[in-house]
Amino acid sequence: MNEHEEVPGDAAGAPDLPGRRDALRVIGLAPIFAALGWDTAGVERATRFVASLPAAEAAYVPKFFTTREWRTVRLLADYVIPRDDRSGSATDAKAPEFVDFMMLDETTGDDGRLAMRGGLAWLDTESRHRFGTSFAGATDAQRRLVLDDIAWPKKATPAMSTGVAFFTRFRDAIASAFYSSAIGWKDLQYVGNVFNPNWNGCPETATQKLGVSYAEYDAALAAQRGT
Amino acid sequence: MQVKSRSSEYDVCIVGSGAGGGMSAYALTKAGAKVVMLEAGAEWYASKNSKMLVPAYASPRRGASSTRKPFGEFDACDGGWDIEDEPYTVASGSKFRWWRARMLGGRTNHWGRISLRFGPDDFKGGTKDGMSADWPISYSDVAPYYDRIDDLIGVFGSHEGMPNNPDGKFLPPPKPRCYELLVKKAADKLAVKCIPSRLSILTQAKPGRQACHYCGQCGRGCATKSNFSSPDVLIAPALATGNLTLITNAMAREVTIGKDGLATGVTYIDKHTGEDRHVRAKVVVLAASACESARILLNSKSSAFPQGLGNSSGRVGKGLTDTTGTDVAGFIPAMADHVPHNEDGVGGMHVYMPWWLDNAKLDFPRGYHIEVWGGLSQPEYGALGGIQNYPGGGGYGTQLKADYRKYYGAQIGFSGRGEMLPNENSYCELDPTVVDRWGIPVLRFHWEFTDHEYNQIRHMQQTFRALIAEMGGTVRSPMPTREEGYGIAAGGQIIHELGCTQMGSDPNKSVLDANCRAHDCRNLFVADGGPFVTQADKNPTWTILALAWRTSDYITQQRKAGAL
Repeated sequence: MNEHEEVPGDAAGAPDLPGRRDALRVIGLAPIFAALGWDTAGVERATRFVASLPAAEAAYVPKFFTTREWRTVRLLADYVIPRDDRSGSATDAKAPEFVDFMMLDETTGDDGRLAMRGGLAWLDTESRHRFGTSFAGATDAQRRLVLDDIAWPKKATPAMSTGVAFFTRFRDAIASAFYSSAIGWKDLQYVGNVFNPNWNGCPETATQKLGVSYAEYDAALAAQRGT
Repeated sequence: MQVKSRSSEYDVCIVGSGAGGGMSAYALTKAGAKVVMLEAGAEWYASKNSKMLVPAYASPRRGASSTRKPFGEFDACDGGWDIEDEPYTVASGSKFRWWRARMLGGRTNHWGRISLRFGPDDFKGGTKDGMSADWPISYSDVAPYYDRIDDLIGVFGSHEGMPNNPDGKFLPPPKPRCYELLVKKAADKLAVKCIPSRLSILTQAKPGRQACHYCGQCGRGCATKSNFSSPDVLIAPALATGNLTLITNAMAREVTIGKDGLATGVTYIDKHTGEDRHVRAKVVVLAASACESARILLNSKSSAFPQGLGNSSGRVGKGLTDTTGTDVAGFIPAMADHVPHNEDGVGGMHVYMPWWLDNAKLDFPRGYHIEVWGGLSQPEYGALGGIQNYPGGGGYGTQLKADYRKYYGAQIGFSGRGEMLPNENSYCELDPTVVDRWGIPVLRFHWEFTDHEYNQIRHMQQTFRALIAEMGGTVRSPMPTREEGYGIAAGGQIIHELGCTQMGSDPNKSVLDANCRAHDCRNLFVADGGPFVTQADKNPTWTILALAWRTSDYITQQRKAGAL
């Protein structure tokens, strides 16, 4: 997972990840390829490649989060929802960008904004206490030690309640951002939101799984009516 | 203040363009009357302005709600409980929230299309249990209008032959969603009557309106006019007669009165210019919503009517009720690991539970119906929140991602909607000091529920929890206590305010007569939720429509007879 690479210290600015460099190279070379003549397959390949690259950190300037918070948010987002064989990660779906946008929306409110900032600060403080460095500066294993203590509210110790409250809120924000994206819809296999004039009930595979059937339903209604 | 009057006199001035106003405009213009309609909001037609089929991610806010769009940014209705420049006040100790729609079509752009007829008992509550007054009319007076509305507007449902849940002229109902089959099974086990829902959504085409295409987004307004909203179904045909003049952004202030004590028209504020204007009309029909119409009457003070127009009984603003409501949702393990399929259906439940018990054997006098929701809804802003409450307990990473997939759509919820009895401590009046942006005195609300409502809500909670348990599910929230009102929604929260200009046969105890005409003023009518004597365990829209059409027919008869 590229996005989980250790970031040395707290240096500001986007790390120049290999993926990003490759993307710039492809884009930079595009006119030359074009001059040589693109074939359809080549264009599609290149387009897919560019689209599959992690979003370049420098491309988006957060409106709510500070530069330092932003690095932590992006790291943490991909701990919440990493890439796997079915879909991309939270950052692939630009979940942090959406969270940043919604932080300044009226739905979040001042309390919500404060809780987010304070929670991120708590995470760094906790990390410094334990490892002598910020959350972003810690190793993957160190970060997971902290997350393991705050990600399961029922298992967490009372001493971790602040972190639990923050992470619960953060996880909801990332889930909302990820699953309301096109990538998220595909991941959930949501196939609605279409013009579907021939809809005629759910498929048998779905009714069977629930142990119900339309025949049984019709019979129950008929019995109820005494017909 | 300068008042500009439109030179022409209309036959009828209608204030409001929702179910009551739209229906009145339709019936009166078809009968040849020259009608002017005042609407406080802007022009809006779902057929032109709907956000239907826009995916959540196509919007920067992905469907998040806002003050002006409490049901999400894609929701058709421009309105809310808090509207800029239009305050209201609530007496200390009362909890009440007043929803206003500010657009052509009013709340018909918002509602759930649940289109239930009131039954014979609902008009005669007093006779049945003595707990409220009887209406001055019966089911048989309204039934012909329910039939006409079913034909004109369209409603699907099933014939069940239930005495107090009368059948209509139904279009075929859609098949239930698979989780609704599960609900039916559980309801049958608990002897809770569960039948196909009754919604004003076309399962078969009508002239100029397509059949439903099952995108599940009625709330956004339907671009194919497959559901009912006043602008596309009533106001557009009324405009097509050439008899309707529509004035939008017109905030009605008062009904004006002549020396003979009859209504001469309506004064309104042009919200664009802030200027006072006046329309003259031979007949005035208020259809601004139960509370807003009461406000207009109370503000229509003159030397002849110092307490406000139509208020010699002192009953304007009284008898205010809202539907009672509470919700319970549960996680249903059988629904985990869903089979991917399109479950959108119509914009609402495909099955529901009408009131099925005998109140004589219960500790509350009036019933409720149950609405059903859940399943594979469109992931929007807020999707999949609260994962820590599912069996995985939260977490992060690969395991969490698997849990989101596993538990997406594995939820069923029930909403109870019940009859509140009118009481003398629930009413609205003019606030003595507060005015809105245009200087119009605002309403002050007083509100109180009694044990009639609390006991009913407790019964809802227990029933919903039993249904969820029967399906093998678990409810996260504990049973609310008496101190928490058993989870009752605050007054106004269900957006079914009724009363305030109630009809009755005694002019000393009611505002309107049996034709919804003011006892005090023979060319003044009310055609919204105001005339209702009582609620019922049904949503009010279908009855607002029926009463408005009935009142319009009466106006037409009286006009023909030269009496108006």
